[in-house]
Amino acid sequence: MEKILSRNINVPDSQSLDVYIKRGGYDALKKALSLPSEKVISIVAESGLRGRGGAGFPAGMKWKLLPADRTAARYLICNADEGEPGTFKDRQIIELDPHLLIEGMTIAAYAIGACRGFIYIRGEYDWIARVLVRALREAEDKGFSGVDILNSGHQFCIDVFRGAGSYICGEETALIESLEGKAGRPRLKPPFPAAFGLYGQPTVVQNVATLASIPFIINMGPDVFKSFGKPRSYGTMLFGICGHVNKSGVYEYPMGTSLKKLIYEVAGGIKDNKKLKAVIPGGLSAPILKADEIDIEMDFDSLIAAGSILGTGGIIVLDEDVSIPFVAQKAARFFAHESCGQCTPCREGTSMLKLLIDRIAAAEGSLADIEQVLRLCRYIKGSTLCAMGDAAAFSVGTMVKKFREEFEALVK
Amino acid sequence: MDNKAKRHIIKLVSRFPSKESALLPALALLQKKYGYIAEDDLVELSEIMNLPEARVFSTASFYSMLSLKKTGRYHIQVCMNVVCSLLNGASLLSYISEKLGIREGEVTPDGLFSLASVECLGSCGYAPAIQINMEHYENISIEKVDGLIEAIKKKER
Repeated sequence: MEKILSRNINVPDSQSLDVYIKRGGYDALKKALSLPSEKVISIVAESGLRGRGGAGFPAGMKWKLLPADRTAARYLICNADEGEPGTFKDRQIIELDPHLLIEGMTIAAYAIGACRGFIYIRGEYDWIARVLVRALREAEDKGFSGVDILNSGHQFCIDVFRGAGSYICGEETALIESLEGKAGRPRLKPPFPAAFGLYGQPTVVQNVATLASIPFIINMGPDVFKSFGKPRSYGTMLFGICGHVNKSGVYEYPMGTSLKKLIYEVAGGIKDNKKLKAVIPGGLSAPILKADEIDIEMDFDSLIAAGSILGTGGIIVLDEDVSIPFVAQKAARFFAHESCGQCTPCREGTSMLKLLIDRIAAAEGSLADIEQVLRLCRYIKGSTLCAMGDAAAFSVGTMVKKFREEFEALVK
Repeated sequence: MDNKAKRHIIKLVSRFPSKESALLPALALLQKKYGYIAEDDLVELSEIMNLPEARVFSTASFYSMLSLKKTGRYHIQVCMNVVCSLLNGASLLSYISEKLGIREGEVTPDGLFSLASVECLGSCGYAPAIQINMEHYENISIEKVDGLIEAIKKKER
């Protein structure tokens, strides 16, 4: 299969500009610069590309939401804060094909008229940030980035900005706050970043894999991009498969690929020939699927229909020996730890969830605690400032609902 | 903080469209240099950047990679999220704890090591993972941990 996001990763020295150019790199940028910026926007909108960071927002639409007046400064931020447990796809792009991201970002900046950009990368990815800084310097030296890109008169300067350990900074307004030197607390919306973003200016925040899809779309045209995947979920996805599989790793497949195939063929099946118990299909925030629910296509709509989400495409595979209350404990601990503390339902709700699940897992709970977990999840849903409260409630709540007997066995 | 750090921070401030954006990089610089951020340095930083002390503290206390408490010269963090803990992360934590004779949040008497559990390091496909200061180690085993700790001890002897 032709690859969009991983076509260069197995080539020796794939991080270098020379190799990237030899393989057709920066041709899309040249092409984009020869087109009016509105045309670039319409090509990307037409491709149906949707955000790969979890929310699936249409990429072209995000650009179109910016105010028409281009006189004020506007910013493009790449969200490389990859922190959703089970997710390790963006790092592959940056580590092995950094110029793909730089090219995609530079095209996006041209389309929206941004002169300044940031790549917000999670602090723990120190070695990957260094790859990126090196690649950026190379790109600037050769005129693919910086003040006068390929003598076009267009300017786009990118800074690598390192996070400092916070999951919530992957939420776009928390990320902006963090870039402004504050604690990463999501903003009340509206206004959305398109109107009021970094330093109060119009801002677009997009995921690594979203931006890295753009060179292909410009080179090949929206129709070729749409030949991958299926309606409303075009293109490919970098699926990160981990947990109890024989070959964990990042695999690029079209949207809509069968989850069963990804686990049993692509990732080599369950470790030690054990049986499958459950799958968390899109990062820890995605509601869990039971073993008999994995005959499903991995695209936005199919997963929603199955009561889960595609999320980041990070697939956590759990074998028959896994205790779901143990997983719920880890999830509850995670969300309680990462809650920014700003709004009450999330701050208190996730802490209470953790307390209750810990009690149940320690076999010190009661049936009433299980009911209380489910009640709390209902109360948290829809009442928090950002999507993290919902994620905690859906993630933990679904584990309790679908594997209730395991929780009950611990309290009887 | 020393003069070199101060100069570096002043340079950072000029790099961004707004000086506030230099705060996180400045804090990270102090963290890297001293292994933690001392209260005096927070005060000094607020003066250099002309930001309220409370604002600097608010940011410094929010992020898990910034520590306001002195840690060991080698701060070991063990990922305890779902995938790592299912693939032996939990036993790694107790192994290191026993080996170094310290619990989570503690520092060895010689000041060399400190230990903490950490949420997802982004290594789920290469689990379990640990981080020592800014270095990331994946597909880690008890043997590999032994090797890393011994190498540090030898280097620091």
